[in-house]
Parts: sequence; C-alpha cells; structure tokens
Amino acid sequence: MGCFLTNSSLGRKLVMSISGCFLVLFILFHMSMNIAAIFSADAYNWICAMLGANWYALVGTAVLALGVLVHFAYAFWLTWQNRKARGNVRYAVTVTEKGVSWASKNMLLLGVIVILGLLLHLSHFWAKMQLVELLGHHENNLGLSPTDGAALIQYTFSQWYNVVLYLVWFAALWLHLTHGVWSMLQTVGWANDTWYPRLKCLSGIVATLIFAGFAVVVVWFYIQSVCPCCAAC
Amino acid sequence: MNFTLKIWRQKDAKSKGAFKEYKVENVSSDTSFLEMLDILNNDLVHKGEEPVAFDHDCREGICGMCSLHIDGHAHGPSQAVTTCQIYMRQFKDGATITVEPWRSAAFPVIKDLVVNRGAYDQILQAGGFVSVRTNSVPDGNAIPIPKADADESMDAAACVGCGACAATCKNGSAMLFVAARVSSLAKLPQGRVEGARRAKAMVAKMDELGFGNCTNTGACQAECPKQISIAHIARLNREFLCAKLED
Repeated sequence: MGCFLTNSSLGRKLVMSISGCFLVLFILFHMSMNIAAIFSADAYNWICAMLGANWYALVGTAVLALGVLVHFAYAFWLTWQNRKARGNVRYAVTVTEKGVSWASKNMLLLGVIVILGLLLHLSHFWAKMQLVELLGHHENNLGLSPTDGAALIQYTFSQWYNVVLYLVWFAALWLHLTHGVWSMLQTVGWANDTWYPRLKCLSGIVATLIFAGFAVVVVWFYIQSVCPCCAAC
Repeated sequence: MNFTLKIWRQKDAKSKGAFKEYKVENVSSDTSFLEMLDILNNDLVHKGEEPVAFDHDCREGICGMCSLHIDGHAHGPSQAVTTCQIYMRQFKDGATITVEPWRSAAFPVIKDLVVNRGAYDQILQAGGFVSVRTNSVPDGNAIPIPKADADESMDAAACVGCGACAATCKNGSAMLFVAARVSSLAKLPQGRVEGARRAKAMVAKMDELGFGNCTNTGACQAECPKQISIAHIARLNREFLCAKLED
C-alpha cells in the first residue's frame, strides 16, 4: 500500500485527492467559525477558547499542517514529473482547448498563491494567538490578549491592504476549488458523463460558498472600521 | 489558395530541430492537409531538397497513423477528426500555419514531424488483451450484454491509439489511451475476468515509460479525434484503486 501511494501515478493522485478533500472540509469549518465573529465577538472568542483549551487542538493543528504539507509536497512532485514527461521542447503554438478551464491548467500557480496567503494569515493570526500562548505570554506585540481573536480580526481588517491581499487570496482559492472539488471525485473514480455537469456545478457552489463566507467577514470588518455606524445599521 | 507553412524540421532523433518556412501556392480549397504536404514535398524534391517526413496511412480517418500538431491543435483545428480529414478550406487564404510534431518525452521525434509512438504498443502489450480464447462471434453473442455496457465498450474501443491525448496533455499523460483500452474490455464479460490485472499492469507500464500524471484538465477529450470521454479515465481510476485495495 505504502509503495502504491508513492510509486504509482494513480496512487499519488489519490493522495492529492484525499488530502485535498480533507483541506476542503477544514476550510468549510473555518469559514463557518469566522462568520460567528460578525454576530458576536464573544461567540467567536468562545469557539477559539474551546478549540484551544484541549490537547487535541494541538494534535489537530499538527494533522492539519501535515495535510497541507502532503498536498503541497505531492503537488510539486507531480508537477516536476509532469514537466519531465512533457519533454524538453515545448510547442511553439498553444491554445486553450474547448471546455478546458484556465484554473485546471494552473493549479500549481493557484496553490502557490494560496500557500503565500496562508503564510501571511499565519503571521497575522497564528503567530499572535496560539504561538503567543505556547510561549507562555499573556499579550501579543499588538498589546492584545492572545485569547481575543475577535479584536485581532477587527485590527487586521481595518487596514485596507490586508483586505486587498486577503481578497486576492480568496479569489485564488476560489479558482483552485472550481477545478479541485470535481477533480478529486474524478480521481477516486466517482464521476461519469451524466455527473460531470452536476459535479462541476457542485464545485462552483462549494468554491463560491467558501469565497463568499470568508470575504464577507473581511469586508464586514473593513466597513466597520471606516464607518462604524454603517455596520451598526 | 496560398499559405505560408512553418514546419518543424529535424534531421534525426539526435539532431536539434528548428522551424523552417515554406510557401505553397495555388492550392485547391478541396485539397486535404496531407495532400497539401505532398504538393510541398513534390516541389522540394524537384528543387533537390529533402522532403518533409510525416506519418500517414489510410487517409480515411480510420487508422490514427497521421499525427501533426497544427496551429496548437493535435490533428488540426477541427473537432473529432484526424489530420487526414482536415481540408485547406478550413484555413484562411494567405494564412501562416505552424506544423509541429507530437511533443511528449515518451514520443521522441524520429525525423521532422514523425515521432515514435511505440510506447503505446508497449502499454498494450502489458495488458490490453484477453488471454483466454473467446471464440468467434456467435459464441460471444450467446452471452447477453446490456445495451448500455456494449455502447460504452464500443465508444472506448473507438480509440485508434494515435497519441493525440498524450501529445495534447500539458502533463504528457497517456491516461485517456490507457483508460479507453481498460474500459472497452472491462465492460464486456470476456475482458472483465482480467480487469484488475490489466488495470495494474497497464498503469505500471505507463508510469515506467515516463508518461505524466493526469490532472483532469480534460484537454485530451477535447482534442481526441474519436471523442473518447474522460469518464473512461474515472473508470480506470475505479478499476485500479479497487484492484490495489484488494491486494
């Protein structure tokens, strides 16, 4: 089994599919959690406290990090093999074939944008919350309590450049998922001609839901920072 | 009609190739693409130059021997046809047409536009067959096969193994070809028996020969002259994963 997941092209793709599915489920959870911040800062902080109060939160974070690393490492591995398989001489003239999405041909590029966004996000939140707590401090470098995630959201998205960067990040994720969701089902063999339009539609819905769910929080807190009464209304 | 052709010229497998421009003039709009190349070669021979080498056989759109990457498309700009079924009326008069060989590490260029597609034969030899004697047609028909299964099998069997899928795929993947072979046999009782062994053997050979990993772009089915669907790739994935899980 171990060999097949590394030695065979279909095994490697299975790893991409399963790890991708795991990341989509995590992202859906994260998105739902963020939305709580719009309605109540206390509710959001309560969820953060609940997730951070147990030893299994750390295990969960480690598993999640492993999932990202596996998906990322396999993506580079597969792409390297694919470039080698394409040969040294490239076509002089290339076209986008009928029915082929731009995203499907640029999954690595989109993935790299997603990873860069993730690093920025970790520096904004993980480094100022979990890391501060792990180091045993009671205040991060912004003077906020590491348990006050809602205040950190408010601070981060009051800066317009963070809003722009996060929206670009979400857009890359949206494109990545429009191909990724149906592709992971195709890889495990759960697709046929009748289901392709349905699965592609489902991909669009999942990707749009995730984009909208994340973007609404960012935009909401930005509006609140520039016009507190608009948000109050 | 008049055309400017930018054709890839390469002396042999080891030499470095380059594009060379040629003019073809007064070509009838009903000339096929391959006939147009014949006309060009005729001129080149008369001038004492080396003619352009290209693959072809039946010229009826059946065999899949012709190849060519024309203006960015495997088998030219039309859908669901091989290169031999492309006619010059499909191009604008005065157009510059770029003609390249299949580009894939597993299909090395032999000369000019001719590539070695022997890798597909090796994949077939690894498992694309039925080992037992299945007898002649009346015996085969004695086993009732659902119409839907027979149709799917025949759709997959339409694959001519021309190599357009691997040539088109940005990953140089041969999945559509392997999937068509596995699928056409897996849907029939005669081929079903060896389904697991076949899927594993053909995928292993495909990997060994250096074909890339499929990323489900669907470019292969868009360019396939026989319109083989990537639904067959989904079936190959199922066949292979089930076979591996049973091990």
